[in-house]
Amino acid sequence: MVEISDFYSETPVQWCPGCPNHAILTTLKEALVELGKHPHEICLVSGIGQAAKLPHYMPCNFFNGLHGRALPVATAIAVAQPNLTVIVTTGEGDCYGEGGNHFIHTLRRNPNITLFVHNNSIYALTKGQASPTTPPGERRSLNPDGVTQPPLNSLGIAILHRAAFVARAFALDRAQLKSIMMEAIQCRGFSYVDIIQPCITWDPRPLDWFRKNVKPLDSSHDPADLKKALELALLPAPPIFTGVFFKTTDRPVFGDDFLMEMGVSSLVEPVFPSDKDVLKILEQFR
Amino acid sequence: MMDVNVVIAGAAGEGIQTVGSIFSVAAAKCGLAVFSWQEYESRIRGGLNSYSIRISTSLKNAPRRDADVLLPLRKEARKKYRSWLNPNGLLIADEQDNTDGATEIFVPFNKIAREKWQSPIYANTIAVGALWSVIGGDFEALQVAVEDEFQGKAETVIKNNVEAARDGYLFAEKSCQGICPWKLEKRPDRFYLIAGSPAIALGSVKAGCRFMAAYPMTPATGIITFLTQHRKECKVFTEQAEDEIAAINMAIGAQFAGVRAMTATSGGGFSLMVEALSLAGMVEVPVVVVLAQRPGPATGLPTRTAQGDLLFAIHSGHGEFPKVVLAPSDPYDAFHKMVRAFNLADKYQIPIIVMTDQFLADSQFSIPDFDVELAKVETFIASPSDFSTYKRYSITASGISPRLYPGQSKYLVTADSDEHDEDGHITEDLDGVAVPMMEKRLRKLQSLRREIRPPERFFMEDDVEEVFVGWGSTRQAIFEAVEILREEGKRIGALHFTELWPLPELSSKEEFFPPKASITIIEQNATGQFASLLRRELVIRDAKSMLFYSGLPVTAQDIRRRFYGRD
Ligand SMILES: Cc1ncc(C[n+]2csc(CCOP(=O)(O)OP(=O)(O)O)c2C)c(N)n1
Repeated sequence: MVEISDFYSETPVQWCPGCPNHAILTTLKEALVELGKHPHEICLVSGIGQAAKLPHYMPCNFFNGLHGRALPVATAIAVAQPNLTVIVTTGEGDCYGEGGNHFIHTLRRNPNITLFVHNNSIYALTKGQASPTTPPGERRSLNPDGVTQPPLNSLGIAILHRAAFVARAFALDRAQLKSIMMEAIQCRGFSYVDIIQPCITWDPRPLDWFRKNVKPLDSSHDPADLKKALELALLPAPPIFTGVFFKTTDRPVFGDDFLMEMGVSSLVEPVFPSDKDVLKILEQFR
Repeated sequence: MMDVNVVIAGAAGEGIQTVGSIFSVAAAKCGLAVFSWQEYESRIRGGLNSYSIRISTSLKNAPRRDADVLLPLRKEARKKYRSWLNPNGLLIADEQDNTDGATEIFVPFNKIAREKWQSPIYANTIAVGALWSVIGGDFEALQVAVEDEFQGKAETVIKNNVEAARDGYLFAEKSCQGICPWKLEKRPDRFYLIAGSPAIALGSVKAGCRFMAAYPMTPATGIITFLTQHRKECKVFTEQAEDEIAAINMAIGAQFAGVRAMTATSGGGFSLMVEALSLAGMVEVPVVVVLAQRPGPATGLPTRTAQGDLLFAIHSGHGEFPKVVLAPSDPYDAFHKMVRAFNLADKYQIPIIVMTDQFLADSQFSIPDFDVELAKVETFIASPSDFSTYKRYSITASGISPRLYPGQSKYLVTADSDEHDEDGHITEDLDGVAVPMMEKRLRKLQSLRREIRPPERFFMEDDVEEVFVGWGSTRQAIFEAVEILREEGKRIGALHFTELWPLPELSSKEEFFPPKASITIIEQNATGQFASLLRRELVIRDAKSMLFYSGLPVTAQDIRRRFYGRD
């Protein structure tokens, strides 16, 4: 049995007091406990940013790598060891900015990982520059006349690429967040959740603005309906819709075919070619 | 002793590859030592390229840039490569043209193809038949090579090609009479004829590599191509990454998860990888990167060869961390060096860069024997039962912390690109944690220095007045130059390095060099990078450089000419 105390960590948390990141952390722990996952069965992977510090605040295996580079690392870990529950925690600057190319190609690959993007519409750690999801018009230190580019529609992109699981959650709706997290982790393939995480330091919008403008999707929405999901993702915000937008099980999971062909359940199982095999391959050069 | 260099020249897409490969295989099947190298332009069709095949009765794994036999597949090629033809050399002419003074063996392969076969596609096979006849080969061996080349194609395709080869063979036989001095005798030897890229791929297979991610870039692409095309036998998971940044991060991820993994690229791609190379240094995850060099900054000369990235490789990565740089000399060495690279990476939990170049990647060498057992695979992943508690970055005297991988046991395994404590958690404790952690990582260098192999010695006898020094793939050209110059009475020896960083510690330069000998460092770059490294690391102040940077591989004759020319 796993208990919430198994996820207790002594490492002091460096987030601002009151930041919704704390709620995301607590909810993630609860979701993992409810799924019966032990810390050693989990591998958290992150890049750089406030959000990306999360792996330090709960005991588990983790790889806290470079800014924007969490997805390729996580993809390889998931192929190498399919038994690990691989979860990526990252910010929208990390994932859509520096790591934009990896985001797109991870959608194409469909590895068995779960991606939680703490979307605060800001580069928090570097002190408040605009991010790929900052609303147009907002003044930031490097956009003194206000942001002019439209925000990246990451949900739309993920739906278009038929990711296994595409959802949006709100850090302050912990019940919904937990159920989405649990569903995402259980789903095989690339599960992607954009989590609205208002920044209490840099965002000009107060938390109440979010409480008013974040709305759950209509319960009649069928996540198997790609067209409808895309339509919803294209609606102008606010309101910011939360819930499971899209789900599919018909995409092959990255690496499965290789493991099957080799008859192994992970790449760490020793089935190296022997010296004799190597010599046999070399024979074609003689 | 036979030592014939045959040069096939023509436009890309014209069939040089087919002719060259049939001819090399036929010669190899006769038990001769074959060495082939190619130079080509960066384009799919057109341009003018050459494929040189050196056939000899004793091992000669070095390029020549002169031709005993020249086979131009088109007029323009004849013009461009005519200057390569030796004074007594023979030119196989499709159209007679006595204006350039070459001795011609007339074989109208294009005309025969059109008239007899109603198709120009047989011209190449007719030409290879002629070539084989010119060097006095026996037809049966050629037939086997032709059948090999068209294996898997329709029965009639194979039959027609064999016959076309015979047409060329018989036609040339007549014109050869009294002109061709060669008679290629079958020998009992059986060499492996293999290029650097497949040898590197197979070395990594032997080393237990199970994962490779790469983004295509000439001349590194051959490695992942080989592993992918032979995936059933090699059992290596391969992935074409979206860019080099993803490629190396994937390799690091797989290694973190306990799987031997690698990537390969050329200069531009390596530039992109450098960020993650430093990550590997910080998180102490082993990773093997093959850096296949080509000339020039930026995109440079994509299909040419160089040794211009040495100092870049040695200094790659921000911050300070230990790494190893190796530079194999030939495919056999490359095979073994890959095993060594994986062993060292694993033992020290550091990145290893294996430097090759276009010349080594693409040239085919004759290898007498592939002793695959000689390369011993050593693994260093710890056993969870050895611990009562586990800290991924425990501070140790050697600097090496026992390594587990996630999922191996209940022990948690961490990696952090930020400076971290023994548990892998972010720290800002400068004196208490950051300083000892930096010192721990750098302590690995002490034992690494002792582990690095000294250079290979060649004719380093007491009489030596001058020492040629080289590294990587120029080994055979330098050694052949030494042989030639010694025969001409010069007292020269050579030292050749394949392990470049860290360099072994030396108390005095006499450990490597005779006290009075002068030193000439030969390399394929414009700034003498290895020379400046030796000056800095090995107390050598008075070395001269002999530099080649045209993009073509250096030959023994190039070195000899430069040796005499400087006086
Ligand atoms: C290569 C590189 N570029 C820039 C940085 C600086 N940097 C650190 S965090 C960050 C932005 C993080 O933003 P986000 O992912 O939205 O996370 P947040 O801090 O808002 O949670 C940047 C630009 C870096 N560490 N590495």
